[in-house]
Amino acid sequence: MNLILSGTAGAAAQAGAASGVQSLTWLLVGLPLLGAFVLMVGGRRTDRWGHWLAVLLSWAAFVIGAAVFLSVLGEPASERVSVQHLFSWVPAGAFSAEAALRVDTLSLTFVLLVTFVGSLIHVYSVAYMAADPDRRRFFAYLNLFVAAMLLLVLADNYLLLYVGWEGVGLASYLLIGFWNHNPSYAAAAKKAFVANRVGDIGLALAIASMFLVFGGVDFDTVLGGAQQDGLQYQGWMTFIGLMLLLGACGKSAQVPLQSWLGDAMAGPTPVSALIHAATMVTAGVYLVVRSGAVYQAAPTAALIVVIVGALSLLFGAIVASAKDDMKKVLAGSTMSQVGYMMLAAGLGPVGYAFAIFHLVTHGFFKAGMFLGAGSVMHGMDDVVDLRRFGDLARTMRITWLTFGAGWLSIIGFPFLSGFWSKDAIIEAAFVGEGWRPWVFGSVAMLAAGLTAFYASRMFFMMFHGRKRWDTGAHPHEAPPLMTVPMIVLALGSVFLGGVLTIGGAFVNWLTPVVGEAAEEEPVLSVPVITAITLALVAIGALWAWRQYAASDVPVVQPRGSLATVAARRDLFQDDVNEAVFMRPGQYLTRSLVFADTKGVDGAVGGIAGMVAGTAGWLRKFQTGFVRSYAASMLVGVVVLLGALVVVR
Amino acid sequence: MSATPFLMLSAILFTIGAVGVLTRRNAIVVFMCVELMLNASNLALITFARVHGNLDGQVAAFFVMVVAAAEVVVGLAIIVSIFRTRRSASVDEANLLKY
Repeated sequence: MNLILSGTAGAAAQAGAASGVQSLTWLLVGLPLLGAFVLMVGGRRTDRWGHWLAVLLSWAAFVIGAAVFLSVLGEPASERVSVQHLFSWVPAGAFSAEAALRVDTLSLTFVLLVTFVGSLIHVYSVAYMAADPDRRRFFAYLNLFVAAMLLLVLADNYLLLYVGWEGVGLASYLLIGFWNHNPSYAAAAKKAFVANRVGDIGLALAIASMFLVFGGVDFDTVLGGAQQDGLQYQGWMTFIGLMLLLGACGKSAQVPLQSWLGDAMAGPTPVSALIHAATMVTAGVYLVVRSGAVYQAAPTAALIVVIVGALSLLFGAIVASAKDDMKKVLAGSTMSQVGYMMLAAGLGPVGYAFAIFHLVTHGFFKAGMFLGAGSVMHGMDDVVDLRRFGDLARTMRITWLTFGAGWLSIIGFPFLSGFWSKDAIIEAAFVGEGWRPWVFGSVAMLAAGLTAFYASRMFFMMFHGRKRWDTGAHPHEAPPLMTVPMIVLALGSVFLGGVLTIGGAFVNWLTPVVGEAAEEEPVLSVPVITAITLALVAIGALWAWRQYAASDVPVVQPRGSLATVAARRDLFQDDVNEAVFMRPGQYLTRSLVFADTKGVDGAVGGIAGMVAGTAGWLRKFQTGFVRSYAASMLVGVVVLLGALVVVR
Repeated sequence: MSATPFLMLSAILFTIGAVGVLTRRNAIVVFMCVELMLNASNLALITFARVHGNLDGQVAAFFVMVVAAAEVVVGLAIIVSIFRTRRSASVDEANLLKY
């Protein structure tokens, strides 16, 4: 590990107190939280204007975020870290946790992404949820979601991060189960929550271990410590790294905790956009990148991060290639794209910046695609089956164009946002020595081809080919409140990546936090990598065109090959979970209940029964006949005296 | 003077009293038998006081008398009230207080 992580320890010395506009940082969390509070406590009284309040507060958070961003941008790169102490949160002897917000380039990137994309989704939801009687509650949860996510990324220590982490889990649970009158939706929400809890155990253990090893949980202590004495605590670092990864897997829906993501589509479509693009699933990537110093000290854990990322990358892409449910294709796609980010994050400083870069561009094109899918559902009476769309390009012009921008971006069409970020990750995956660059590089490349296939398949099945609509379907374009956010996101999907790449702007921006990557050449030369990737993308897209646009798509799902059937069943993820965790768990609890009723309760109940039985037998002596009492007294006295005589 | 006849008399009186308590049903008779037992023990106490030449036994006998007098008062009162409610002084019929 000859790569150097500069930011963290240096930042510790320089993290000055926030001043000027940066002292408003707490409002970033405070405003959306206030919105959630007002809407939830205000109840039906806020029904008429509540959603606009939520939209306003979300945009206000973005404006503050942008102002802080501009003020940070005005400072030299080395001073772009400030910590705002709010109050002493947990002062407990040797341990103390401050409620402090950390403004640095990494957290600001997330703040801007979350508030901007989140606010667009807020606007979109105003129209999308217009017919829902519980729209106010929906917006309360949306605001809560944004507030929790902002707390997560702004926290200056792992404990406060954990609060945001749990808040995100709670908000996602509430939103996925928003239509909880449908039992399967409620079950989906529960599934997401439980899968997240499994990950949370990992994060909790990691935080506890940090306190044990470093005596503190704030970023400066932990990351600075990991950087200085990491090699000394190799075992601990590996453990912390793996536990953090477990937490990240839960939140980011990576193998093996991915199963909740597909079911999370039960939530209203803007929720899916929010979960998949701006918040929630990006939290895991944030955690890994933020904890970079830990992984620097634990190469094994970092390698496992890469492996998890690569597995999820392929897993998600394969599942997305077979699904006919539009939203589930996007879910698989999210898992796959987050796999790219994880892979890059596991590579070390060479990949951190690109992981976050891809996260940002993904936030735009995936949100755009989800909102496009929502627009299609809006126009097609909530149908999500790709086989019942076709030829929507003519009736839904704006959706077609914006979705098309997202599509081209996700497949990495040259010079669109996704191209810049994904290509950078593939190149980074090819950096290294031995077998690793070849394996991970090829996986990343292959997945680019798969991505092109599933994204094109979806696009063509939706917008091109024969009309396969249900009778009585009247597709129509969505109202401007929905199309404007889509257009904005589409512009981001097209141009953002290119703009941020100019002069390495984004990478330089993140350098103070994630450190400078040593210049290393990939094992293949860059033009070759790009050429092969583009060729794979072209093959994937053309194959999809041949199958789903040029030839007819059957409305009834064909049987499909064994691989297709497996992918339709999410590669048996639920069956595996059921066989490996659920059933043994049930048997365990059942046998414990049996042992409890028969063993523990049996012993206690047996003793009580024995006492009661003896007492029932003894009380028969209380006959009520005075003379028998007198007789027993006499006998007792005689026996006593006799005994005395014998003993004497 | 030998103590044996006195103690024999005391034992006989005590036995008569004990048998009376165990066999008779009338509460008054049972009561009188109890008194008989108390007085038998008084006789034994006084006999031993005389044999040993000190007053301890006599003092004890006085105590027994005082207790017996108090007991008679309470006991008779109970017997009278039982008789008033049940029209009977049989100890076997007053057997409600049991398991």
